Amino acid sequence: MRFINVIKVALRALRRSAMRSILTALGIIIGVAAVIAMVSIGNGAKSQVEASIASLGQNIISVFPGSAKTGGMYGGWGSASSLTVDEALTIRREISGIVAVSPEMRDRQQVLANGLNWNSSVNGEDVTYLDIRLWTIAEGEMFTEGDVNSAAKVCVIGQTVVAKLFPDGDPVGRSLRIRNLPFKIIGVLKAKGFNYFGSDQDDVVIIPYTSHIKRIARRPNLNSIIIQAESPDQMTRIQQDVTDLLQQRRNGRDPDFTVRNQQELAEAATATTKTMTVLLGAIAGVSLIVGGIGIMNIMLVSVTERTREIGIRLAVGAHGRDVLTQFLVEAIILSVMGGTLGILLGVGSSQLISRLNGWPVLISTSAIFGAVAFSAAIGVFFGFYPARKAAQLDPIEALRYE
Amino acid sequence: MSHVVQLEDIHKTYESGEVPVLAVQGVTLTITGGEFVAIMGASGSGKSTLMNLLGCLDRPTRGRYLLGGTDVSNLDRNELADLRNQKLGFIFQGFNLLSRTTALENVELPMLYGRRHFSTREIRERARQSLDIVGLSNRADHFPSQLSGGQQQRVAIARALINEPQILLADEPTGNLDSKTSVEIMGVFQKLNAQGITVVMVTHELDIAHYCKRNLIMRDGRLVSDTPVVDRLVATEQMQRIVTAETDAKLIA
Ligand SMILES: Nc1ncnc2c1ncn2[C@@H]1O[C@H](COP(=O)(O)OP(=O)(O)OP(=O)(O)O)[C@@H](O)[C@H]1O
Ligand SMILES: [Mg+2]
Repeated sequence: MRFINVIKVALRALRRSAMRSILTALGIIIGVAAVIAMVSIGNGAKSQVEASIASLGQNIISVFPGSAKTGGMYGGWGSASSLTVDEALTIRREISGIVAVSPEMRDRQQVLANGLNWNSSVNGEDVTYLDIRLWTIAEGEMFTEGDVNSAAKVCVIGQTVVAKLFPDGDPVGRSLRIRNLPFKIIGVLKAKGFNYFGSDQDDVVIIPYTSHIKRIARRPNLNSIIIQAESPDQMTRIQQDVTDLLQQRRNGRDPDFTVRNQQELAEAATATTKTMTVLLGAIAGVSLIVGGIGIMNIMLVSVTERTREIGIRLAVGAHGRDVLTQFLVEAIILSVMGGTLGILLGVGSSQLISRLNGWPVLISTSAIFGAVAFSAAIGVFFGFYPARKAAQLDPIEALRYE
Repeated sequence: MSHVVQLEDIHKTYESGEVPVLAVQGVTLTITGGEFVAIMGASGSGKSTLMNLLGCLDRPTRGRYLLGGTDVSNLDRNELADLRNQKLGFIFQGFNLLSRTTALENVELPMLYGRRHFSTREIRERARQSLDIVGLSNRADHFPSQLSGGQQQRVAIARALINEPQILLADEPTGNLDSKTSVEIMGVFQKLNAQGITVVMVTHELDIAHYCKRNLIMRDGRLVSDTPVVDRLVATEQMQRIVTAETDAKLIA
């Protein structure tokens, strides 16, 4: 029989029981839609996490003080206060492949201006800090090398601080007071939003680290050292070099510092969302298989129910192969039709969900191709057994079937 | 005329039950081209079994069957299917039409499975012609459930005719029909037979057998009688008589 006729016969058969065909395809429709939606949502969430990780800066290695041991008792991370400006500068000087180093001091302080006050994070940083964090000035300018060297009383402030202390705007050129010392506002930062950990990155007053050490914290020990590497493939090496250098300076004492790689953080975060995506995809995949079994079930019922029909076809000259292909094509049409509708539904619902959550819409093409290929495969796989059963019927037996 | 059917000592035994059923036991029969044969006999005498063997739907347990000179016993499943498709037209006792499929599509069916490929239009065309022969072209788009018994039977005949078979095999084609419709169907057969198609049919009714040219009688799986029909009935004349009788009856009433 010509293939066009096979398709025609299969379509006629499906049309004859349209309701059942639709219900059968529904399993596949839902399965495919679920796979596409789940994978797309997972990808959207992943890209969201990646974006917020990337906003921390690129190729960043951080050095934190380690735990202090006092009489056999360990404190937590940061309880040691051993990192110094000198160490930061040595790292900058002696290790190759580094773009920038910023010694960092952090403190929460009451900040006053304009007759208003606000408790904000006051950070002492190097001039390179904004470049490291991929941050830019919205208004005014960043402090200079000279300001760092002279421990100048200047600051740049984040948008939250602007909103809290200068509700009328125009803070540049005015000053605020920290620990009763006036700091001149020379710049306002662009809004950066919340970071991956949920804290407000705009709630910040940035001053030269030298000013922080001398005038605010009044202690020599840094909260951390931020290092930016030239390229991602140098990170491991630099991490090792920094560790070696700091260890050397400690003359064999217990290491009281930790060196962390931003990539580790990114990997940990994306691994979580990846696990989620895989999990969601797997659940959706199960529903796809259930849909396939539905098709097999219906095709099996259909073979029994249509035994007489098969008998008639065989009696008027159909070969076993004609009957086999007819049933197979029926199953494939059902699953491909279901797959196509499933794609539409899946793409539609993931668009909707992404929009509601404000995520980027990331329709995974591989999920679409995978789902279509899988639904066609389901058609063949689950259609084959009933089809072969039909093809092997004896014409006279089939005709006698009641 | 050529021998289209030659049966030599054909046996068919059903082994399915506890006791084997000897449905056909030693039938030897020759049918030449252009014949019009009626097979009669009591219920269970093996008529349907014999027809299924003739129609290559079933294989004999023993014996030789030559169809148009070729030995059918050695053919495989697919070759038998091709024979049924090309040389034979089978009309079943219970119509055996596909339900929820229009009359036209039912008639098209054998052409879809032919070894020769036709375009959709050709198939449609031929199916219409075939329906025309049985006088049913105005019901082409009806479903079997929307047709009367006689009309369904005629769809079945049209289906059997579409591939222009040499032999038409009909198992009790008038079994479910009233006498007037039966005569109509016999008219169709006589017309086809006049065009040269060999017709073999099974019937219970003696008067129906009188429309044929040769009558066979079966008993317990054997042929016990083989006689030519002398005073053969002509369907067109009988139809005329029935119509006249009907109008008379109406006039009286
Ligand atoms: N599939 C089968 N399995 C077992 N026995 C069968 C089968 N088909 C027919 N028979 C038996 O074979 C014998 C002949 O049956 P067949 O159907 O040929 O009779 P028939 O002459 O057509 O009868 P009827 O006029 O009632 O149609 C019967 O005794 C029947 O019971
Ligand atoms: Mg019978």
